[in-house]
Amino acid sequence: MLAVARLRFDRNDTCVFGPLDFAVHAGEALLVTGGNGVGKTTLLRVLAGLLRAGEGELSWRGEPCTRLPTEGIAFVGHLAGHKADLGALDNLRFATGLHGCRHGASPTSALASVGLAGFEDVPAGRLSAGQRKRLSLARLLLSPARLWLLDEPYANLDRDGIVLVDRLLARHLNENGAALITTHGAYAAPPVRARTLILEAQRVDAESAA
Amino acid sequence: MSAPTLPRAAAAMLARDLRLAWSRRGDTLQPLLFAVLVVALFPLALGSERARLAMLAPGAIWVAALLASLQGLDALFRSDAEDGSLEQQLLAPVPLSLLLACRMFAHWLTGSLPLILIAPLLAQLLFLPDHLLVPLLLSLLVGTPLLVLLGSTVAALTVGLRRSGMLLPLLALPLYVPVLVFGAGSVMAAAQGQDWLGAVLLLAAGLTLALVLAPLAAAAAIRIALP
Repeated sequence: MLAVARLRFDRNDTCVFGPLDFAVHAGEALLVTGGNGVGKTTLLRVLAGLLRAGEGELSWRGEPCTRLPTEGIAFVGHLAGHKADLGALDNLRFATGLHGCRHGASPTSALASVGLAGFEDVPAGRLSAGQRKRLSLARLLLSPARLWLLDEPYANLDRDGIVLVDRLLARHLNENGAALITTHGAYAAPPVRARTLILEAQRVDAESAA
Repeated sequence: MSAPTLPRAAAAMLARDLRLAWSRRGDTLQPLLFAVLVVALFPLALGSERARLAMLAPGAIWVAALLASLQGLDALFRSDAEDGSLEQQLLAPVPLSLLLACRMFAHWLTGSLPLILIAPLLAQLLFLPDHLLVPLLLSLLVGTPLLVLLGSTVAALTVGLRRSGMLLPLLALPLYVPVLVFGAGSVMAAAQGQDWLGAVLLLAAGLTLALVLAPLAAAAAIRIALP
């Protein structure tokens, strides 16, 4: 589905990651692991098109492209992207208006399937960090996108939440979707067909060490 | 239940902003309250002499409207940048400029339109002659959207800064000056019995230009400014 060649990103002339070569196929997940600060989040943001890559080639379904098509990707980052003053259901309705809606899904059923039934009208600002994460997962469920870009999807979740992420991932991959997941390895890996990409810290240059 | 269309995305954006404005209606009405306070101070400072107040009225109301439109501008895009909504808007399969245009329109609807509605009252407060009310309302109706468009573009430029503080007004005011000159000028011209429609038409021309360019410029600015 997605193939990347010699992808590299520089910030202020310092290499953040790369050059990287990897591919993500339909029905499988790519786990991006590595310690803090090795550029996992940056890699995801580059793939989402929020940052411009320094160099490298992307291809989407075999076609070379400069950035991935926005309708093909769903991104869940560290910032939840909910409005604190809007109810959970209103937040999801807005997301479907903006990103479209997966066939057969509805905001109400998505809320129920992430365990937030009964919280429809509660403003997102009054949900706990874990519940906000679940709300992001509900948005993911509604998205018609084939490729999920998940930045630390397990963070802030309780044991049930971690099982929930695994279940959602398994279902998405079964429906021929794909996912790119960053994790620092402190949580169990999802029980799906997955490959691992290990990012390593860049060599510290003399001037940045000084 | 399918792919997002431009009208549907625009409607969702507009509905979200109006709903947000309603849930924070106290904050939303602040610019209006501010403008009313500014205008109410003029009779206190200048005394209640009819002719003097009437002469100052167009300028005073226009300055109040201009200062009020600076309120809330700083948070317009920054609040979305801070909670990650802006990221999601960038990633939506619809043009960012369309979404920003909807946000600017919602900002005008909630910030400036109430002020125009209450402007006849402000005019009464300053003894503005009745025949000047039409030029005043018309110039505000054409001028305030232009202020919002210009101000939002500047706000988009400063979205990457943690706090813009005085920077936003400093950047926006030079762009606001021509709008103020022609807006207040049209009412002044009407007061002197001259043709006032010319200045309003010039504002309308500026508005047309800004309607097309401001959302595009703001979208480009946000793409650059977002870290």
